[in-house]
Amino acid sequence: MNRYRSRTLALELVMIAVALIVGFPVYVLVNLAVRPASDTSSPIAPTGSPTLDNFSHAWQQGGLGGALANSVLVTACSVVIVLAVSSLAAYPLARITARWSRGTYLLVLLGLVLPFQLASLPLYQTMRDLGLLGTPWALVLFYSGLQVPFTVFLYVGFLRAMPKDFEDAALIDGCTPLQSFRHVVLPMLKPITVTALVLNAVAVWNDFFTPLLYLSGSAQQTMPVAIAGFVGQYVTDWNLIFAALVISVLPVLLVYFLLQRSIINGFAGGLRG
Amino acid sequence: MAPALLLFAFVVLVPSARGVYYAFTDWDGLDPHFDFVGLDNFAAMFRDADAVQAIWHTLLIAVSITVVQNAIGLLLALGVNSAIKSRNLLRVFLFAPAVITPIVTAYLWRNLLGPDGAVNSLFGAVGLDSWRQDWLGSPDLALWAVVGVIVWQFAGYSMVIFLAGLQSVPQEIHEAAALDGAGPVRRFWSVTRPLLAPAFTINLMLSIIGGIKLFDQVYALTGGGPGHATDTLSTLIYKDAFTLGEFGYSIALAVVLTIIVAVASTGQYVLLARGERAAS
Repeated sequence: MNRYRSRTLALELVMIAVALIVGFPVYVLVNLAVRPASDTSSPIAPTGSPTLDNFSHAWQQGGLGGALANSVLVTACSVVIVLAVSSLAAYPLARITARWSRGTYLLVLLGLVLPFQLASLPLYQTMRDLGLLGTPWALVLFYSGLQVPFTVFLYVGFLRAMPKDFEDAALIDGCTPLQSFRHVVLPMLKPITVTALVLNAVAVWNDFFTPLLYLSGSAQQTMPVAIAGFVGQYVTDWNLIFAALVISVLPVLLVYFLLQRSIINGFAGGLRG
Repeated sequence: MAPALLLFAFVVLVPSARGVYYAFTDWDGLDPHFDFVGLDNFAAMFRDADAVQAIWHTLLIAVSITVVQNAIGLLLALGVNSAIKSRNLLRVFLFAPAVITPIVTAYLWRNLLGPDGAVNSLFGAVGLDSWRQDWLGSPDLALWAVVGVIVWQFAGYSMVIFLAGLQSVPQEIHEAAALDGAGPVRRFWSVTRPLLAPAFTINLMLSIIGGIKLFDQVYALTGGGPGHATDTLSTLIYKDAFTLGEFGYSIALAVVLTIIVAVASTGQYVLLARGERAAS
């Protein structure tokens, strides 16, 4: 049934045409980013005199190095904290069937429905009182809590589908519950941890609203906020802006193409969670 | 368990509860003295044409994205799940926009959709000059331009989830149905579609909630303009709080947003769970 026929060839050509349409904006992005300001020909015509000057200008004037470092710091710290606390919390929530355990899990799931717009304004005031406003730690603290419900949800779904036999055997052999978690359960959680890692890292790295609120007016920036500031400053200098966009996209796409299998499986993995 | 619950309570539960309380006050975000004003903020909202419009835009965007993005995502998934040679490459390529920072894709598209941007240049180059538009500057088109940008970015995301669902449909069932004389359309409707129910649940949930909360793309593409033609609840919440200093009113809008998300997600969950049971 899966033979290659003329209809398959037609489908192949249609799909490649679709891919070209999807890729068209990326072509224009690169084309304008390598174009000197003097080249004012149509944005879809390939430039005759490509240059890399825009990239060095954008890098220096946009403070993109500092922003990149902050984004890496915030994403790495937040994801490590969220995965650690959520997996530890999910274990008893998935295994204990008492009423308090179910109630707690429902309370955590409530966090999936609450939009962060509701919490972010009162929290703005708390962050200010704590002196965290304008520091990357405000973001680490925020994401470490914000991403708990979703991550716990992923882990609990996975744990409930996992047989209990190995843990029971470990307990009979004299392990404490914590030892059984560390040596028996944790190694088996690897697939869902990859999923949770990917989804959390992408969500934190790409978030714009939170750093816009909690970092505004400070010298600290993450990549998305730095880009927005850059666009505000160089309003019409699109060649320079596009160079900055390319710089911000490059690390993300690089990681994506290197780890595409785990990343795509991570996104599709929500289906089984 | 305690660290997770403490973080969750500190960042989500307690501020959300305080938010609901502030929605009934005239707090300006700074002054420690503020008054309880009952339902005034909510009453003001329904007299505020901008707010009513923003609620309407939010619903319109969420529904349009959900329908278009999932229709295209499903077609792409069916295309990639065939015998074509480029299927693995296409899957990686078509999903790529979904990992790019939304604010970055939005700024890219702001230029592409401009009067002298690449989209109009492309129409001009293929002789469709009458299709040239000021996509983001026209109050009639801007909202649909925003929807188009989001569909461009996330159709590949829907595709990947549908694809995982399609790959869980055993090949033998298809072959058995084909032997029994079912054509491709009939096979899709009677064999594939029921087994795709979990993928539909996830996809519809993601796109409708994402659409309701939409902020980044509107902020970068149009800033809610022209006029208020593309303002959503999220952009209005931001403007009212941080440019007008009306925290109480802004949080009342956030409460409305919360109610819409809660109704949409529970409603959809109940409907789709019923559908999944009927299908299995």
